Amino acid sequence: MRRLRYGAAIGEALSEEMERDPDVFLIGEDIGEAGGVFGVTRGLQRRFGPDRVYDTPISEEGIVGAAVGAALVGARPVVEVMFGDFVTLAMDMLVNQAAKTCYMTGGRIGVPVTVRMVTGTAGATAGQHSQSLEAWFVHTPGIKVVAPSTAGDAKALMKAAIRDPDPVMVFEHKLLYGRADPVPDQVEPLPLGVGRVVREGEDVTVVSYLHTLHAALEAAESLEDEGISVEVLDPRTLVPFDRGLLSSSLRKTGRLVVAHEAPGRGGMGAEIAAMAAEEMWDCLRAPVVRVCGTNTPMPYAPELEGFVIPDAGRIAEGIRATVRQPAARRQSF
Amino acid sequence: MISQDLSREQKIGLYRSMVLIRRFEERAAHLRQQGFIPGFLHPYVGQEGVAVGVCADLEEGDVITSTHRGHGHMLARGADPGRMYAELYARQDGYNRAKGGSLHMIDVELGFLGANGIVGGGIPLATGAGLQKKREGRGRVAVSFFGDGATNEGSFHESLNLASLWSLPVVYVCENNFYGEFTPQHKHQPIAEIARRADSYAMEGVVVEGNHVLEVREVALRAVERARAGEGPTLIEARTYRHRGHYEGDMARYRPPGELEEWLARDPLGLLEERLRTEGVGEERLEEVRAGVEKRLEEAVRFAEASPHPLPGEALEDVYMETHDGMALR
Repeated sequence: MRRLRYGAAIGEALSEEMERDPDVFLIGEDIGEAGGVFGVTRGLQRRFGPDRVYDTPISEEGIVGAAVGAALVGARPVVEVMFGDFVTLAMDMLVNQAAKTCYMTGGRIGVPVTVRMVTGTAGATAGQHSQSLEAWFVHTPGIKVVAPSTAGDAKALMKAAIRDPDPVMVFEHKLLYGRADPVPDQVEPLPLGVGRVVREGEDVTVVSYLHTLHAALEAAESLEDEGISVEVLDPRTLVPFDRGLLSSSLRKTGRLVVAHEAPGRGGMGAEIAAMAAEEMWDCLRAPVVRVCGTNTPMPYAPELEGFVIPDAGRIAEGIRATVRQPAARRQSF
Repeated sequence: MISQDLSREQKIGLYRSMVLIRRFEERAAHLRQQGFIPGFLHPYVGQEGVAVGVCADLEEGDVITSTHRGHGHMLARGADPGRMYAELYARQDGYNRAKGGSLHMIDVELGFLGANGIVGGGIPLATGAGLQKKREGRGRVAVSFFGDGATNEGSFHESLNLASLWSLPVVYVCENNFYGEFTPQHKHQPIAEIARRADSYAMEGVVVEGNHVLEVREVALRAVERARAGEGPTLIEARTYRHRGHYEGDMARYRPPGELEEWLARDPLGLLEERLRTEGVGEERLEEVRAGVEKRLEEAVRFAEASPHPLPGEALEDVYMETHDGMALR
């Protein structure tokens, strides 16, 4: 199987979907001639023309709003928000407009728009170019949230996002663009809401996604020598979330660690922990541990950034902490 | 490019639409006072000339976006007052299945892309709809209605810049009613003539007396024809006035004495009646139009009253077009 980089895989998904459906178009800042800051759309404007790949002024609300408006009348636009942080400028169009349309029309029309956002840190990118804002959208009914961690998933999920009849936010991690994975020649869209067991284990379940997933895998490998067997799950999409996968893993391990780069407070990890507590309580043998970004803005200095974001070492500590907890003896009432 | 003149019957048609809006709103205000309508209302009374004049020459496939004061635009686009009242009553047969209310009424099939609870919220949507209309290449246009207050929003600036840059078939209609909510225009922007803002986008800008429906229609038709011909967007500033408060229940004490009276003397319905009379339309005919509207609205209210209330479980429906496993909505 060929190896493909994450960024190139997304580019292929965009290209194949544009080929397949004339209603699909791309719109964003510097995505045409320049091919995007991270090169994901390189060559697409030359191939499909300026009426399929629109270079825009720097106007996030205007661009996202235009995509939503076009989607209301039959288009399937894919917007690139250059850095996810800039989506703050387009929140009205996403949260008040796109997210509410299906509901407020009584299900008569949806907004099939895909918003691609570059997320997370890439080393000294600091407070306004590093944030992981997925929880805001997880918290917004009407929006679906996708967070691919490998090149193959990125391609398959991007195709699914574009074909989906609802607004889908796709978070692409900066540090994953250069990552290469084996990807088949033909990639079909992956249904949203289907997670994956990335590594099987017996003692503890770690749920993670995007760049942090790879740190979690590293932690899992390192703990083998200590005799701790770690199962690692990649939910791949945050809304919808694969609850079945989580519960079947917890049934086996009884212990849960959630790891992500976004600040812990009010984050996806809190949601997953609540899911486990509410719906999978009988599986849990120890308190849930979250290994997340600190509740701070992202600092500039590399050593501070390293302190803020969970790495394999911190995830391993979290795993050890939950495994050391004596298994709670459940009393039956 | 100048329009053909309207026939007398067509002008009476405009009058009918204006009366429909006026009476729809007055009845809605009354029904709300009586407790039949639970939510906010922002009545369009006084501004009817703008919606009716602008929508007069729109065709199937053209779309409009509206505002918090949206009933007039929706009716001018041909919406069913029965389903509108049903929505205001929060009943199942409402345009939004009782999930939107006044601020969010929408009928995409009709080319009405929605009232909007966010000031300036519809402007980018119309711009995007215009982009798609241009892509389709069938000469269809998008019209965006908004108020003077919205022209201070970033969405206005970003959208007009984009539309002019790409020569999109969009007509931006600013209904300058001289108040952004409770604040008079001179206290919310340093310019008096909003149409001048078009200059900064190298866009055509034009001012029109919004209470003269025939003048509005002329100006709008020219803008729509330009848009259809691929000559780009226009910013129309239609000067008008709302006779009632910002929302139903607002006593509008912020108005200087005498201001409302001045505008009432230039009531858009009165101005058109006068015009029709000089063209030989008798009082009887006008009365016949008004009676026809009353009958229609009477039926519309009855339709709303008869429509069932939503069932509690419906609150969980329609969040997404497509749901997936693991997607707990509760």
